[in-house]
Amino acid sequence: MSRISKDQVKHVAHLARLAITEEEAEIFTQQLDSIITFAEQLNELDTEGVEPTSHVLNIKNVLREDKATAGHPREEVLKNAPDHQDGQFKVPSILE
Amino acid sequence: MSLFDKKMTELHQLLHKREVSVTDLVEESFKRIAEVDGKVQAFLTLNEEEARETARTLEVKLGSDESKGLLFGMPIGLKDNIVTKGLRTTSGSKILENFDPIYNATVVDRLTTAETITIGKLNMDEFAMGSSTENSGFQKTRNPWNLETVPGGSSGGSAAAVAAGEVLFSLGSDTGGSVRQPAAYCGVVGMKPTYGRISRFGLIAFASSLDQIGPITRSVEDNAYLLEAIAGVDPMDSTSAYVEVPSFIQSLTGDIKGLKIGVPKEYLGEGVQEEVKQSVLDALKKLESLGAVWEEVSLPHSKYALATYYLLSSSEASANLSRFDGVRYGYRTPNAQNLIDLYKKTRAEGFGDEVKRRIMLGTFALSSGYYDAYYKKAQKVRTLIKKDFEDVFENYDVIVGPTAPTPAFKIGEKTSDPLTMYANDILTIPVNLAGVPALSVPCGFSNGLPLGLQIVGKHFDENTIYRVAHAFEQNTDYHKQKPAL
Repeated sequence: MSRISKDQVKHVAHLARLAITEEEAEIFTQQLDSIITFAEQLNELDTEGVEPTSHVLNIKNVLREDKATAGHPREEVLKNAPDHQDGQFKVPSILE
Repeated sequence: MSLFDKKMTELHQLLHKREVSVTDLVEESFKRIAEVDGKVQAFLTLNEEEARETARTLEVKLGSDESKGLLFGMPIGLKDNIVTKGLRTTSGSKILENFDPIYNATVVDRLTTAETITIGKLNMDEFAMGSSTENSGFQKTRNPWNLETVPGGSSGGSAAAVAAGEVLFSLGSDTGGSVRQPAAYCGVVGMKPTYGRISRFGLIAFASSLDQIGPITRSVEDNAYLLEAIAGVDPMDSTSAYVEVPSFIQSLTGDIKGLKIGVPKEYLGEGVQEEVKQSVLDALKKLESLGAVWEEVSLPHSKYALATYYLLSSSEASANLSRFDGVRYGYRTPNAQNLIDLYKKTRAEGFGDEVKRRIMLGTFALSSGYYDAYYKKAQKVRTLIKKDFEDVFENYDVIVGPTAPTPAFKIGEKTSDPLTMYANDILTIPVNLAGVPALSVPCGFSNGLPLGLQIVGKHFDENTIYRVAHAFEQNTDYHKQKPAL
């Protein structure tokens, strides 16, 4: 049984903001299916009552003093932008 | 004989006696790069002008009374996912082909303080996703020991450059073995420190709970010095640990009497090549002759590490790589009709196949309806894998095994099937999941290709790893051999 369908792959690509061709959707369906099938071996393990580990160190809520510091100069920050105008990042129109 | 065949302490002496100048060291790098990098293809960007200028500045300082640390004037190469202000940083990706960082990674600032000289930026698998450096968006780095084979990955450029004598040492990053495996394949020393030991600020993120920067060197001693220079807590990285950085160099005593080594049976099992097993058994005999004792142990959840790793690292990557959208930096598609279209086409055109595959896998594992079954399940198994290590470390000082199941493989051999490529990291991945430190040190050859011995330690106990690696290195001569390029 396949774990993931081509329609699901297209949906995931949309969520990930990746344009994919019909051909790529086909290939990704096969490859993701075999990777997910492989990953399902984890189901052999009983993890009832096991706490998840998101982070290995025993540190949480690392805070610093709430004090403003200087950021990077605007022209520096815009230096790598593909397009900018009036000190802002510029993108194509959002509304039709 | 190259200057880089010498240890850093020797070069330091030569500088002080004025027998070698800082410029000599820098020119040694550029001369060697001119000679061999056409074949090896380790470098993506050279920092020639600035490196020579820094050398001249340091030359003046060398003649003064000002104190100079051991790393003073030493030429270093940096993996191209470590951001360097004003020096192009690509992370091996077309999407960052012309990216010019506006700040330095913390490790770069620390190296500047230590007065090393950055020679250039080193090739890698795109966003560190890969085990052969074949996933680079730009070029395929070759293994200096055999140009038909891969240097390993993802820090393939960093390991190859050191092995080829192009720099004295380099930095890589290790998410699932990306410092240790290329170090093993290229016959050099590679350390993945404890998670949190080194600031990740300015390391372009792949999987934030696993990524760690690590030094790649010709000798264990140089490795210990380099780690000492870049380790320690950093206010810019809240996951860097408030743990004191000891003097790693003081642990290089050569004395390992009474040391207890655990050898996981899972690390010498199926899939591990016979010659690799033999080299590890020989190494254990050598360590035994130096007074250590070893016993077989078990890390029972090892076989689940690969699946756990791919689910977790891809999930984290899918979030981390969402920043590449063609708006603030990097490539932007010229063909967009609207904003969503801009995101989708920019990413489709800018990312390579392996990166897309992992973003897709991660997005799927985190998506509604699948989160518990895949992502959360993997986090729970991670707990079990971490506990495996804790259990063994209750009774043993270090864990020893091979770094990789085989020596370097041929270019193109494993690119067609992602799962075959992934299996190559089976012995290094559990270490990242547990967050413990581990090092690869040369321990033999198979058909002229180097093999690596992996030494794993307790959290924040890099010292014991260095002590064992150093004792082993001083009693073998694998590290003295050089590729005939």
